[in-house]
Amino acid sequence: MKHTLAEKLLLANLVDAKDGAGIAPGRIVRCFVSMTLAEDLTAPLGIKAFREMGANRVFDRDKVALICDHFTPNKDVASAEQVKSIREFAKQMGITHYFEGGNCGVEHVILPELGLVGPGDLVIGADSHTCTYGALCAFATGVGSTDFAAAMVLGETWFKVPESCKVEFTGRLAPHLGGKDLILETLRRLGVSGALYMALEFCGEPIDALDVEQRMTMANMAVEGGAKVGLFASDRKTVEYAKAHGRNTAWEIHPDPDAAYAQTLRIDVSDMSPRVARPHLPDNVVGVEELADVRVDQVFLGSCTNGRISDLRVAAELLRGRKVADGVRFMVLPGSARIYGQAMREGLLEVFLQAGAVIGPPSCGPCVGGHLGILASGEKCLSTSNRNFRGRMGSLRSEVYLAGPAVAAATAVTGRITHPADL
Amino acid sequence: MILKGKAHLVGDHIDTDAILPSRFMVTTDRRELGTHCMEGLEPGWGQRIRPGDFIVAGRNFGCGSSREHAPQALLGAGVSAVFAESFARIFYRNGFNMGLPLFQLPPGAREAIGEGDELEIDVQSGIMTDLTSLQTISCNAIPPFMLNILSSGGLVEYVKKQTRR
Repeated sequence: MKHTLAEKLLLANLVDAKDGAGIAPGRIVRCFVSMTLAEDLTAPLGIKAFREMGANRVFDRDKVALICDHFTPNKDVASAEQVKSIREFAKQMGITHYFEGGNCGVEHVILPELGLVGPGDLVIGADSHTCTYGALCAFATGVGSTDFAAAMVLGETWFKVPESCKVEFTGRLAPHLGGKDLILETLRRLGVSGALYMALEFCGEPIDALDVEQRMTMANMAVEGGAKVGLFASDRKTVEYAKAHGRNTAWEIHPDPDAAYAQTLRIDVSDMSPRVARPHLPDNVVGVEELADVRVDQVFLGSCTNGRISDLRVAAELLRGRKVADGVRFMVLPGSARIYGQAMREGLLEVFLQAGAVIGPPSCGPCVGGHLGILASGEKCLSTSNRNFRGRMGSLRSEVYLAGPAVAAATAVTGRITHPADL
Repeated sequence: MILKGKAHLVGDHIDTDAILPSRFMVTTDRRELGTHCMEGLEPGWGQRIRPGDFIVAGRNFGCGSSREHAPQALLGAGVSAVFAESFARIFYRNGFNMGLPLFQLPPGAREAIGEGDELEIDVQSGIMTDLTSLQTISCNAIPPFMLNILSSGGLVEYVKKQTRR
């Protein structure tokens, strides 16, 4: 039988081999989890559920990660109390992978960086952007806090085998474009519920040419199309990435050539301009040239979508020797402490500072609208993050535009949404 | 089990930031979360909910963040079930885990339900009656696996049963 990537990954992690015979979309299967995670906003409900389940130990202290990245450094007493309760739980359970303070960063940036997720893994996280690890060919998806709790107790979870939608790219990307433009274009075509319950599988020459970090940007936003997972084959680049990031073993994984897809979407990227999602949905996507009149008050570079070193390099390259426009706040949050250090050594932070940026700590920051750079009514922000829902980054009367790091840097310089080639 | 309540209509793509903005995610108390229900849609919106009422939505209800605080806020405000043309997948899973039944409406059914209509739903069969317009609507029956979690009283009770074995 021929299998899609999603089916292959589920088959590789089955609790009961009997579930695997004739596996097909719609079937319920139980799978072991290679890693389960939660962050400071979702962990407290998970810990509460864990206790209500009557559990007193986690199934494997090396396979649970708790990352305090959303409202940290703690923004108020209530969030400090939540983080304290997570810290105490981590200590009590002897959890190996607890992140707060100096070892912290955005969860979906640091877990791949530390090799805690990799090809062939099955990961569930109490955070919707857990699907980021699909870039490494892990079956990874977001769940609620109670599913996270159940996985901490049982070491397994259940899935309905998803139908797969193949997204096949052709052509060659123009300069200044990257993973963000590809995923925004995908969302424009699919719509925000176009891949509901499905597995997206990305392939084609432009994908082969992308580095793993850019693939993470894409997999990250699979959930914005309603998908369960956004998967990439594990190729030579994936294996190299995994080995360079602490995985002793990693192997290539490809879908079977004649696997069955419920849907195929073909996208030619030749002649594509940088993509921007307008308020208030991530599928409300147009070419950057259509938005040249839009003035912004804030630009945010960072997040689990675009807070990696390659993103910072792209932005710094455009900002070198330039200044942020008057009246614009340019926020840069490196995705992890390691990236922060690397950006410092490469001189990128100097470029940002000289340009007039505000450099913040590695955290989710303004993306989730709770902390560090909240928008007032009437304000507009161009953000490299993943969601532009009404009120997402602050006031219900603020507006968020989503784009990649090159458009972000160019927009910071002019104060208007700008094509990087026009600088 | 039969549930009965008033219908409150909302649109397509109601995201979890609308159901419960992230700034309120500093408590795990269901009642407190309930006081902020739908505050990202419109401040004060949740005050119209009386215990047992329903939300009737369009496509992709509950999209976005995985926050379980969203179904918790709905339950805390007194919502007893949600009807929608479709649900975002994490929200769908969370709803049943929390003991909040979710029903998928057949095409065209949503337009037939008026704001404030009195609805009655048989949870097992998915048959809903609009007592105001006197019509019957067959929602997709809840998959047996989810019904099992729901009838256990949610995922916490379900896991307890599993670990006791």
